Amino acid sequence: MAHDAHAAALPPLKQVAADFGGDKQSFQVPWGKAMMWIFLLSDTFIFTCFLTGYMHVRISTMESWPNPSQVFALHMFGQDIPLILIAIMTFVLITSSGTMALAVNYGYRKDRRNTVLLLCATAALGATFVGMQAFEWTKLIMEGVRPWENPWGAPQFGSSFFMITGFHGCHVTAGVIYLLVTAKRVGSGFYDRKGSYETVEVAGLYWHFVDLVWVFIFAFFYLW
Amino acid sequence: MAYVAIADRDAPIHDPHTFIEKYIWSQDHKVIAIQYSIVAIFVGLVALVLSGLMRLQLGFPDSFHFVDPNQYYQFITMHGMIMVIYLLTALFLGGFGNFLIPLMCGSRDMVFPYMNMLSFWVYLLAVIVLLASFFVQGGPTGAGWTLYPPQAVLPGTPGAGLGIILMLVSLGIFIVAFTMGGLNYVTTVLQARCRGMTLMRMPLSVWGIFVATILGLLAFPALFVSAIMMTLDGTLGTSFFMPALSSMGQAPEHDGGSPLLFQHLFWFFGHPEVYIVALPAFGIVSDLLATHARKNIFGYRMMVWAILAIGGLSFVVWAHHMYVSGMNPYFGFFFATTTLIIAVPTAIKVYNWVLTLWKGDIHLTVPMLFAIGFIFTFVHGGLTGLFLGNVTVDLPLSDTYFVVGHFHMVMGVSPVLVVFGAIYHWYPKLTGRMWDDRLGRIHFWLTFLGTYAIYLPMHYLGILGVPRRYYALGETEFLPQSVHTVNAAITIAALVVAASVVIFLYNMIVSLWRGEKSPPNPWKATTLEWQTPDTPAKHGNWGPRLPEVHRWAYDYSVPGAPDDFIPQNVPVDSRYATGTGHHG
Repeated sequence: MAHDAHAAALPPLKQVAADFGGDKQSFQVPWGKAMMWIFLLSDTFIFTCFLTGYMHVRISTMESWPNPSQVFALHMFGQDIPLILIAIMTFVLITSSGTMALAVNYGYRKDRRNTVLLLCATAALGATFVGMQAFEWTKLIMEGVRPWENPWGAPQFGSSFFMITGFHGCHVTAGVIYLLVTAKRVGSGFYDRKGSYETVEVAGLYWHFVDLVWVFIFAFFYLW
Repeated sequence: MAYVAIADRDAPIHDPHTFIEKYIWSQDHKVIAIQYSIVAIFVGLVALVLSGLMRLQLGFPDSFHFVDPNQYYQFITMHGMIMVIYLLTALFLGGFGNFLIPLMCGSRDMVFPYMNMLSFWVYLLAVIVLLASFFVQGGPTGAGWTLYPPQAVLPGTPGAGLGIILMLVSLGIFIVAFTMGGLNYVTTVLQARCRGMTLMRMPLSVWGIFVATILGLLAFPALFVSAIMMTLDGTLGTSFFMPALSSMGQAPEHDGGSPLLFQHLFWFFGHPEVYIVALPAFGIVSDLLATHARKNIFGYRMMVWAILAIGGLSFVVWAHHMYVSGMNPYFGFFFATTTLIIAVPTAIKVYNWVLTLWKGDIHLTVPMLFAIGFIFTFVHGGLTGLFLGNVTVDLPLSDTYFVVGHFHMVMGVSPVLVVFGAIYHWYPKLTGRMWDDRLGRIHFWLTFLGTYAIYLPMHYLGILGVPRRYYALGETEFLPQSVHTVNAAITIAALVVAASVVIFLYNMIVSLWRGEKSPPNPWKATTLEWQTPDTPAKHGNWGPRLPEVHRWAYDYSVPGAPDDFIPQNVPVDSRYATGTGHHG
């Protein structure tokens, strides 16, 4: 901080306060990154409200809740395997977080080619996830699950399922588009001219968040 | 990670050339602020007319046939929702937030001007969708501004078809607009301040708007989610909020939902919303009082911490709106306690405002009149809040006119007085003209005395047991004749106050041409927005170089200084002490 010549003399806690409360900017990061963090905080509240609402109706409904292990089982190799599709979807999405982290890393090395490749790989994994989700929706709709009813019990099961996974699926889809736009900009040398690849990391923040939310949905909706 | 802060760069953020880029699709925060304010004031006037119609019906029942019971409920609903969300939230954050944050923090603009522009246009879309509901089959929703299910979406409630859906969609769009703007406001305050502008040198207006925006970003999600769920209930026939029930002799195909869930989600948004409106008002009124009393604000650090404490506490008091809802009675104990705790930082603020006036060199200008008026109305509204915060006192008063009097006093009239005061205060910087002082004074006294004439008697009605939301009271045993007389008197007062708004609008519009030219700093204020090289401030705000701040925002009447104010960008002079003894 420009005016804090004597700052080194402060005790640690006060030093933290002085750094945060100093002039110009509170965090030594670009605006986009600060704004993405704040947005994600707000988005966290949206998903928390969705999940809390789902838990509330699951408790309030008088009818029995369908067993997710059975509902989300797939008949493969002559037997029903519980949650296998969801397990694969989760694996795909977590893997995409890995490729995203690599993309950010190559971005900071200003390795244009590898950054583009890894961003596209991340987008492809995300698109795979959405595709599998579409498959899952189709399967359940064929079995008679609707937002207002289902063959196995509480109608809130279908309502919550379509609403929460739908809202999350929208986030993933938006993320895929976001990643592709970022990849295009990286490829065209936009960030080389700008001198900073930090926007790749901002996209990464969003992508990791979407993955993290899925872990909570997985835990609260499919495993409970 | 080397990163150059905005204060160390001098390049402009964007560079408009054509008329459309400058004034229509403008990315300049000052133009966006004006656009936000005009739309917000316009819908506010619609809501004001609605309240006048309701008052006509209440004061003189059976005399006006153009208000039927259904319309009455629709007017109540639209009046409440418009005033709280589309007027006050939009005006304080979209209007004053946009105008004041970059100017007071010493920035050239918001950090993402394009997104800021989108925020306004999406807000306009939300307003258009909302107003469209007046023209659809069945009219706007009449569910009450709290939109409680199950009645909000069931037939029998006015506007149960398209009206409620349009309301929910409009709220969803508004929240998207608010999020785009809100992210900008928070990031600008955190990341784009000028040299020397530490957090603890920011004017309290910025603090209030900043914390209110954070509240909005964390509270609106709950409304967003409940709007989505209720839209699904109303269109697809899901049962998030709908229990099994009988409606107008029929059994709708709903089962197992929880109306209480909606109330919890709604008030988890709804209570912070009170402070989304109140905190900017707190901040702005602090600056008005200090400037026009020529005195530093009393207890600046306490004021900042009180704003933060109120913001934090506002998230744990929501169920005090639900004492009679049938929730677990033990909740009442917890929420009554937190509600009374929140009165502590609020009271600190009130004491500090009064102590700021103490022995000040008070100039009774029009903005100052409104600021002092705010202290009165806010204290009265706040004290009745203590009554309603206690479960046992709230139970008999719930759903009576006592509640109506309380919340109109505390979050209707009080913020609106600040809005008026703030418009009178910053109008010279915004337009470069002064308004007519005499008309301003007439406007103040009509508004201030009028609101007391309207809302004080409502507390009396409430204690007598007059229920709110009734279209007509009729002849009942338990209500004395005086109730009807008081109701008629309230209506007359309400119409006078509504008419005084015309004086205000006339003053503001005519002064654009006829007002005398304003000096750059007519109030001799210290904050940065008055130190711009041009009045009104030009695009980019600061000319070639950004300002540099050397002191806090409240150096008024410093002993030994040549003037009774020292602007924030004046370097420290060793000949007299100032309020900049510490850093950070």
